[in-house]
Amino acid sequence: MRIRIESRRSASRLLPWITPPFAVAATVVASAVVFAAMGYAPARTLFAFFVAPLLSVQSLAELALKAGPLVMIAAGLATGFRANVWNIGAEGQLTMGAIAAGGVALAFWDDDTARWILPAMCVAAVLGGMVWAAIPAFLKTRFGVNEILTSLMLTYVASLTLTSLVFGPWKDPEGFNFPQSRMFNDAETLPAVAGTRVTIGTILSFLVPLGLWVVTRYSIVGFEIKAVGLAPAAARYAGFSESRTVWLVLLLGGGLAGLAGAFEVAGPIGQLIPQITPGYGFTAIIVAFLGRLHPLGIIPAGLLVALSYLGGEAAQVDTGLPRAATGLVQGMLLFFLLASDFVARYRLAFAGTHSADVRPARPKAAAT
Amino acid sequence: MTGDILVALLATVVTSATPLLFAALGELIAERAGVLNLGLEGMMLAGAVAGFITMGETGSDTLAICAAALAGAALALLFGVLTLTLVANQVATGLALTIFGTGLSSLAGVNFTGRTVPALPALRLPLLSGIPVLGPLLFRYDALVYLSVVAAAAIAWFLKRTRAGMILRAVGESDISAHSIGHRVIRIRYLAVLFGGAMAGLGGCYLSLASTPLWVEQMTAGRGWIALALVVFAGWRPWRVLAGAYLFGGVTVLQLYSQGSGFVAVPTQVLAMFPYLATILVLTLISSGSARSRLSAPACLGKPFLAPG
Repeated sequence: MRIRIESRRSASRLLPWITPPFAVAATVVASAVVFAAMGYAPARTLFAFFVAPLLSVQSLAELALKAGPLVMIAAGLATGFRANVWNIGAEGQLTMGAIAAGGVALAFWDDDTARWILPAMCVAAVLGGMVWAAIPAFLKTRFGVNEILTSLMLTYVASLTLTSLVFGPWKDPEGFNFPQSRMFNDAETLPAVAGTRVTIGTILSFLVPLGLWVVTRYSIVGFEIKAVGLAPAAARYAGFSESRTVWLVLLLGGGLAGLAGAFEVAGPIGQLIPQITPGYGFTAIIVAFLGRLHPLGIIPAGLLVALSYLGGEAAQVDTGLPRAATGLVQGMLLFFLLASDFVARYRLAFAGTHSADVRPARPKAAAT
Repeated sequence: MTGDILVALLATVVTSATPLLFAALGELIAERAGVLNLGLEGMMLAGAVAGFITMGETGSDTLAICAAALAGAALALLFGVLTLTLVANQVATGLALTIFGTGLSSLAGVNFTGRTVPALPALRLPLLSGIPVLGPLLFRYDALVYLSVVAAAAIAWFLKRTRAGMILRAVGESDISAHSIGHRVIRIRYLAVLFGGAMAGLGGCYLSLASTPLWVEQMTAGRGWIALALVVFAGWRPWRVLAGAYLFGGVTVLQLYSQGSGFVAVPTQVLAMFPYLATILVLTLISSGSARSRLSAPACLGKPFLAPG
């Protein structure tokens, strides 16, 4: 009997939301196998990795702190992915945002009473991230240059810029020659909440996907973005401008990533240092997919992926598991998710049972 | 004396170009078959660590090189299963492969960090290597350097002159037409992706066995992405990939040299930006205007294929 793969005639509405939990379960099982193969007690390591970080208020706060930038960046990126615009340089846009916010903070460092300084830092950060995302937008719309490569190359440029600043002109004059800037003063630091390291910025980060959800669901712009991604020809026919969409989603993604950078340096870090992110900009891509490119799906996805960061640290302390395990688990999660998507989009048809509409299927490149 | 320095300098250009050349040539084949694999960085790291561990454990450089190619191909197989059999999004899968490969290689190499292995020996070709200036310049490299150049020539010949090469290009240009005249699109793409992975693995192991014979986490430092840009830069042509790889190798060395000699009053970080900025500039130049018509991007690049009927 021949087995064939065919597209589901109508995309299932339910399946895309059922598969992520299966992907998570498969990741847990596969992680256990990997841990065991490496000689770590699987049960204990799994517990340290996935459960222990959820057991104290302090570590739940840390979870929110790590999930904040992920959900905010992912919400911006997902909007772009829906329009088939592949900004994978959020890491660089975050860095530029942090540089812009830090620049404002250092310029007005003497004044520790100004109430306008924090908003100014945030605005600068949004602009910084937008400028960095505007480069790929300009090159794509004007010259047709692939945004994947340009946004990624700019990430390296951004992090080198940050390094050259903190090793050079922005180095703390009283910092014993360490490559870091002055600590921002109190007016330049986001207030913490309830004795944890969580700041107002963290809370705002979780509100961003909610806001985006409302906007994309109930505005024509949201429809436009979706149309350009799913059916470019129809979108053109409807008069939607493709390059306008490219600009819009890149500026949105860049601005939000920049803001996340400001929240990091004005929040838990409190100064500019050479390494301000453990790869949030890249990990946010996983979060976006795990959240089905949907603003509301991104919040649980962000919390889950943040758990893999915390779990990696906790397992390192508890069982000596190398930190690199975090990347492995994150990669596996995305693999399993992409694989399980197959079930949601296609079905196996047995020869003889197939329907009449056998047409050459060319599924869209964008995940739906 | 200056001659000696120049020869040494050019030798380092070769050292920094070879990993890029391997990885970019492999990606070129995958892309000519219509598959965009963004996981080069992950496959290179897998190759680097597999080669290093095998070398450390067995002391055999042949085995180490084979292990590196196999490791790269193994990750490529994973990519193939997801994107070709399960029709997953190639961009997302490629990114996942990079994240996964980075984690996997760091985890596998954790007990090997800081150890060293003997570097790949230089093959001193008899007679030829004795020629003054030209000898040290051209004929005193290790086997992988020669292999990479031979690979460029072989791939150019394969794509242009052989039937199999034509079929590969047909699959990348129009998968539906290739399918309808009876070619196994998915099987051909699998082979291309596996070849790409093996080549990326070789590029990675050149870093850990020859350039700097030691293992450091994330030692590729973005070379996988530069190799990816190199393929576009070269307009999907093997000889141009060779030229591009040496150009980028040269840029890297120039940066290292000028920062070592202290003769340029620019911060080292600014010089280090150069390869990335050059990539953007070149991409812009080749993508824009009249050059676009000559740009030979495979028409089906990155598009999934599902056999009709």
